[in-house]
Amino acid sequence: MAVITYRQALHDTLREEMLSDENVFLIGEEIGVFEGSYKITAGLLEEFGEKRVRDTPIAEEGFVGAAVGAAMLGLRPVVELMTINFSLLALDQIVNHAAKIYGMFGGQSSAPMVLRTPGGGGQQLGATHSQNIELYYAFVPGLKVVAPSTPADARALLKASLADNDPVLFLENLALYNTKGEVPEDAPPAEIGKAGVTRVGSDITIIGYSRMATVATQVADQLSEEGVSAEVIDLRSLRPLDRETLVESVRKTGCAVIAEDDWLTYGVGAEIAASISDGAFDYLDAPVRRVAAAEVPLPYAKPLERAALPSAESLNTAVRQTLEAVGHRR
Amino acid sequence: MAETATRSKPASSGSKSRRGTRSGGNRVQQRQGNTALGSESQETLRDYFRQMSLIRRFEERAAQGYTQAKVGGYCHLNLGEEATVVGLMSALRRSDYLFTNYREHGYAIAKGIEPGRVMAELYGRTTGTSKGLGGSMHMFDTEVGLLGGYGIVGGQIPLATGAALAIDYRGGDEVVMCQMGDGTTNIGAFHESMNIAALWNLPVVFVVINNYLGMGTTVDMSSAESELYKRAVAYRMHGERVDGNDVVAVQEAAGRLVEHARKTGEPAMLEAVSHRMKGHSVVDPAKYRSAEDAEAAREADPVATFRSQLISAGVLDEDGAAEIERAVQADVDAAVAFADDSPHPDPATLFDYTYATPVANDSRRLPADPVF
Ligand SMILES: Cc1ncc(C[n+]2csc(CCOP(=O)(O)OP(=O)(O)O)c2C)c(N)n1
Ligand SMILES: [Mg+2]
Repeated sequence: MAVITYRQALHDTLREEMLSDENVFLIGEEIGVFEGSYKITAGLLEEFGEKRVRDTPIAEEGFVGAAVGAAMLGLRPVVELMTINFSLLALDQIVNHAAKIYGMFGGQSSAPMVLRTPGGGGQQLGATHSQNIELYYAFVPGLKVVAPSTPADARALLKASLADNDPVLFLENLALYNTKGEVPEDAPPAEIGKAGVTRVGSDITIIGYSRMATVATQVADQLSEEGVSAEVIDLRSLRPLDRETLVESVRKTGCAVIAEDDWLTYGVGAEIAASISDGAFDYLDAPVRRVAAAEVPLPYAKPLERAALPSAESLNTAVRQTLEAVGHRR
Repeated sequence: MAETATRSKPASSGSKSRRGTRSGGNRVQQRQGNTALGSESQETLRDYFRQMSLIRRFEERAAQGYTQAKVGGYCHLNLGEEATVVGLMSALRRSDYLFTNYREHGYAIAKGIEPGRVMAELYGRTTGTSKGLGGSMHMFDTEVGLLGGYGIVGGQIPLATGAALAIDYRGGDEVVMCQMGDGTTNIGAFHESMNIAALWNLPVVFVVINNYLGMGTTVDMSSAESELYKRAVAYRMHGERVDGNDVVAVQEAAGRLVEHARKTGEPAMLEAVSHRMKGHSVVDPAKYRSAEDAEAAREADPVATFRSQLISAGVLDEDGAAEIERAVQADVDAAVAFADDSPHPDPATLFDYTYATPVANDSRRLPADPVF
């Protein structure tokens, strides 16, 4: 079992999939000659050539749509959208087309493709380059949205996404690319729509995905030193959403804090909180708390950016306050 | 001396030949050697040199600020594009509007913003052009008509077209200039906006800075029509190409198109052939770039070229040039000092600029705050 970065796990898995299926090809901006804006595809142009690693003009709507069309004829495009912010220029092709091909034509065709794209703030990239807008896609029936937080999940979910017959938005995160973890080479593909319990605990449930799932495990580890037993759930998939795992955990712990990098109002956490209310209402000893980004266009200046984004500290605070509220009731 | 899209003779030997042209005989450079200094007064020429030198020093200091972690995020420089920037901005009145991409520090300065306020924006300080909220890619100043640097490729083009619509609507005599890069002419918004501007006769001049690269992608790799000014033809719009290393030629061409737009309301497209001396942004080592291409960009250095032109034409002597260089160095030092001395925004101001009309129940919640 090798310890590699999230970036390396993505790179190696893409390479493996390209070796094993010649219908798999990569398409996107700066993925070939430039070797990828975040170097995920480094070396692949050299190894596979221009047919399999296709650099595009800056034309998100055009090349995403082209990938949808190619997928309809049986190819397996892996699109790299430089960041999720630029996916907005392709929103129509993703939402009105990729997501509709299977259902609208009565199952005669489908658009099996993977849209890889990183989200995330915290790098002082300003309001238009720091967003976490995966919710836009998680809202849409016909799309699947997965969000690995570890190198092992990156590999297992990328394999699953490529094997899937539907369009999958594969959410990466700028802050995760350099993180390391063990990646078993022979692990099977993940099951899309299955959350992971990454820390087992009994006092409180912390739910996160992507970067905030890793922050959640950090906070759980800090708290365990103080004798708090926190269970951590990494959603891994936003659509389909594994409500059973969430609800089962909260029925056990009686309280929950959701950690998300997106905005709170109408955010991913809102759906999770509603699901908990649906399935574990009678078990709750405190209101479900959400730790999310401040609802502002994210400022460039460091002190403002830092104040606006969720962190281990803000999550830790919310968990403690929730436990206090529980203590008053139990 | 610019090539126009309406001329029947192709502007160069073939549509895919620019790379060869650039490293070989180089049409653009040939013309540069012959450049007359036009009818500009000596004072104007010296001022062009001053502005170009100022932008050069400013950008070098911006890069330094980045390595010192005073500047964060993405930082794209105008190094190699100084003649284009100054030529274009000299063609505009203060009341004319400018929309740009994210490579806009030089434009902000040449349009009339104090360099200190531009540096302060890079430093993320309250005295910056966007109060430190925008950063390198998002300079803005209504006073001088800079209606934004934009980080989303092509985002500025529909906005600029809409600003021209507002001018036309009100019957004003201002003109909009919309700056963008070569790679940006492949995005849908460019084509949609060109069509709308031509169809509705809007006073906007679309300026494409062709530095031959969009990140690591060359024009030949990305554009089916690599002579970009010809794209105007599809919209029955006037298009022309000018040597972006020649500040006088850029000023002349841009001035002519801007004044034409002012008089008739007709839009136009101007392609300024230029060079990006360094990587796409400060952190890009540009390993993908061929040695010849990088060398050509270094050789084309518009600031050094203009300096020696002015000296050989007797507009400046060595001492005069050195004096200007000392003065702009002092300006940049002052800009850095101003930025460094300016306050960081107070986190308590985080929610001050979400809505122009305040909302009573607006969320002002920090990440650790409960909803109730
Ligand atoms: C919609 C969108 N797609 C991709 C990007 C990433 N990106 C930033 S700059 C750039 C290249 C633009 O090249 P060009 O228009 O030639 O301008 P230059 O950088 O050369 O000034 C790309 C692809 C972006 N900012 N926005
Ligand atoms: Mg360019």
